[in-house]
Amino acid sequence: MLQTVSLACRRGDRRLFSNLSVTVRPGAVLVVVGENGSGKTSFLRMLCRLLAPEEGTILWEGTDIHHLKEQYSAQLTYIGHLNGVKDDLTAVENLKFNASLNGDRASDAAVQDALELVGLKQRVHHLPTKVLSQGQKRRVALARLWLSSRPLWLLDEPFTSLDQAATVLVTERLRFHAERGGLAVVVTHQEVVLPSGMAQRLRLDG
Amino acid sequence: MNQPGLWEALRGIVWRDLLLAMRRRSDVAISVLFLVIVASLFPLGVGPEPAVLRTIAAGVLWVAALLACLLSLGRVFTADYLDGVLEQMLLIPQPLPVLVTGKVFAHWVVSGLPIVLLSPLLGLQFGLEGEALGTLILSLLLGTPTLSMIGSIGAALVLGVRGSGLLVALLVLPLYVPVLIFGAGAVTSSMAGVGGEANLSLLGACLVLSLFFAPWATAAALRIALE
Repeated sequence: MLQTVSLACRRGDRRLFSNLSVTVRPGAVLVVVGENGSGKTSFLRMLCRLLAPEEGTILWEGTDIHHLKEQYSAQLTYIGHLNGVKDDLTAVENLKFNASLNGDRASDAAVQDALELVGLKQRVHHLPTKVLSQGQKRRVALARLWLSSRPLWLLDEPFTSLDQAATVLVTERLRFHAERGGLAVVVTHQEVVLPSGMAQRLRLDG
Repeated sequence: MNQPGLWEALRGIVWRDLLLAMRRRSDVAISVLFLVIVASLFPLGVGPEPAVLRTIAAGVLWVAALLACLLSLGRVFTADYLDGVLEQMLLIPQPLPVLVTGKVFAHWVVSGLPIVLLSPLLGLQFGLEGEALGTLILSLLLGTPTLSMIGSIGAALVLGVRGSGLLVALLVLPLYVPVLIFGAGAVTSSMAGVGGEANLSLLGACLVLSLFFAPWATAAALRIALE
């Protein structure tokens, strides 16, 4: 269970949000919406400990994430608005390095399966990602979701530059994750089509 | 959090950076070629007096090595910062200073080690021989990792700042002064026949100190840069 208790965020002089308390239970997907500059990304970066909250605390299973440190990092998969994909490495190499750095084992076969599932054909698996299109690069980044067995997913605008088919694939994956009892926080401008009991909406007004 | 996971992550970071360097060999070649050219310009400018060249050898080679290191500092974190790999690195469930050490080690293998390997050739060009040449190699072997370590703090501090290339030079060059003094001093004193051991031990001490402190400082700077 992920909980925020009266969280506040300030960027420069502007107060983006304050007194924000939400609870995400296993099996739920928190969809964060709001205008540009309303603090959605800041909120997500707080949840993954990249940004320290101005006020308030974030609790994971009842413990402050600032005490859990790396133990908390081991619970989450974060995909930011930057892909975190190296241009000079192939899609397979990128995913394999990412998995081994995070202490997850991923065989070549598992990585290739993940890439297939996110809709990338065999012929692009061994190309340097710099020759791929934006949407294909985004798919390489999102393929990590098919390799991740972590309970908490934090996704920042996962659907940008994806086509309709890939959007459906990722949404399906999110649903599967939630059905297995996982948690997710998704920042997005697009409508996420999830069963009503599963999706939880949070609107940031800025 | 366990030990094998840490080793795996560390190996992964080093291996990935070496692989990336292999794929972009031109970047690596630039700083090495820079060193060779700078070191070769001095004999042309000062004149081919063997006695003069031998006197300035240590200083010139060390300053050239320093500048070559500085030139390569931009590569340590900038690309990772821009493509989001750095923020993923911060989320790896292992202590960040250890991961930083891996990154700096890979950087040293790519930009510091070639300097050490080339130094006998460059030393000969300045008429260094025998023990002095050996001391030069040894001093660079001890000194260049320190340069990478100290440089990584500067590189992390200026991440995302405009004109960071010049800023990092201003920030880091003063910190390189002790390494320069001990490194060049070792060669000079071994040429004078007193042996360079004292200066080499000091260089070793600098290395140990920077290995101990620099990863923590760099990790803190990276966290700030990514806030």
